[in-house]
Amino acid sequence: MHKGKGMKFVGDSRVSADRTLSKIPKDYSEYPGRTEAFWPNFLLKEWLAGSVFLVGFMCLTLAHPSPLGGLADPTNAAFIPLPDWYFLFLYELLKYKFASGEYILLGMIGIPGLAFGALLLAPFLDNGPGRRPHQRPIAVIMMLLALTATVWLTYTSAAHVDWEARAAMDQPVPPNSLEIDTSHEGFALYEASCLSCHGDALQGGAAGPSLVGIERSAEEIGVIAREGTEGGMPAGIFTGTDEELEQLVDFILTVNEQAAE
Amino acid sequence: MLQKIYDWIDERVDITPIWRDIADHEVPEHVNPAHHFSAFVYCFGGLTFFVVVIQILSGMFLTMYYVPDIENAWKSVYYLQTEVAHGQIVRGMHHWGASVVIVMLLLHTLRVFFQGAYKKPRELNWMVGVLIFFIMLGLGFTGYLLPWDNKAYFATQVGLQMAEQVPIIGDQLKILLAGDDEIVGAQTLTRFFAIHVFFLPAALFALLAAHFILIRRQGISGPL
Repeated sequence: MHKGKGMKFVGDSRVSADRTLSKIPKDYSEYPGRTEAFWPNFLLKEWLAGSVFLVGFMCLTLAHPSPLGGLADPTNAAFIPLPDWYFLFLYELLKYKFASGEYILLGMIGIPGLAFGALLLAPFLDNGPGRRPHQRPIAVIMMLLALTATVWLTYTSAAHVDWEARAAMDQPVPPNSLEIDTSHEGFALYEASCLSCHGDALQGGAAGPSLVGIERSAEEIGVIAREGTEGGMPAGIFTGTDEELEQLVDFILTVNEQAAE
Repeated sequence: MLQKIYDWIDERVDITPIWRDIADHEVPEHVNPAHHFSAFVYCFGGLTFFVVVIQILSGMFLTMYYVPDIENAWKSVYYLQTEVAHGQIVRGMHHWGASVVIVMLLLHTLRVFFQGAYKKPRELNWMVGVLIFFIMLGLGFTGYLLPWDNKAYFATQVGLQMAEQVPIIGDQLKILLAGDDEIVGAQTLTRFFAIHVFFLPAALFALLAAHFILIRRQGISGPL
């Protein structure tokens, strides 16, 4: 067999020019045009495109640090599970009547299986000779429909989620939890009014956010303890005297100071 | 000098065909954005591979700190995120890369589809590409659990419940993935870690190799 330098090939393929195979499509070297050597000319330009892409990607990475939720708590019954965004369309599909309940297999395996199966076998389903989109309207229309459905399902699924509230409910707590000074005069008040929602180490829970790392002044904390927050904590949780409120706020701020150290 | 080294090696192992496979070929005008800007659509495949390389490299660095065990998994990620120099950036690259790779894969798939580039003789390469897409989704699913935070845990629980509903093999499938028919716990995490770091990447490399060998063998499809 002929080897090494001086070998002739069809176009840029590995098909030897000695073998004339009719099944290999017309090569683009037969189309008039300006070809360019991959190495090094084209690769240099490709690096440029890659660099621009990398800069954009790193900007995204730096602007939005990867999120980390709180340590998994299997007993947390209030947590609403959601898959990563690229599975949302499958998740949303299962909410339709024809794809859930008794028809769950249709929604879970039937429809996605049909869609992905068709994608896998596309060259055999769409086996005509024409390559232009208008020469194969059925394939193109099916793809556009599937694409629209996927985008629509993803959108409806994501639009119903309050992402900020979700993130706020699932904050990471430093693993070396703070030593809570239970002898502090404010702790008893915290225990009585706040602990059931905000946790025994102010770490937060299903019903209330963490109180560690909050950026609020003493007055603001006092007001929230009595009047709650808009759309979150109800009013009238803390019903002690002003003096007790001061002790409670002092306790919360002390823990925050400890945490900041 | 380089030519001498090349000739020395070539004399012994005949590397010209190998070199030709990798780099020595012509890039046709119709895929070159320098000639027709609209040819940037041909960049999607290469950029997908670029993100895959980012994923492999950042993932390798992440395993230097990550501990696949329910006691320490979350803590190791938290430590990586808060204490390790540039840990947040490396994890950020892996986290965002996982999303970007899906987007780029989708764009690449759509480019090939709407140009009808999967038609004879390239049917096999299309199927290999769709399998790569499935592997990527599998990598996304298994990787999502690894930080062991609430959203990871509960999403995986739902995913496993769905696996259980598969007819006939459902129960076995769930046990294979989770390590238990009830508990999503220590075994699930180690299994997902093994799948994410060893099984699926091995399959991915094999399919990528097939994808690239086929494209070099058959060449890029001609202009429409």
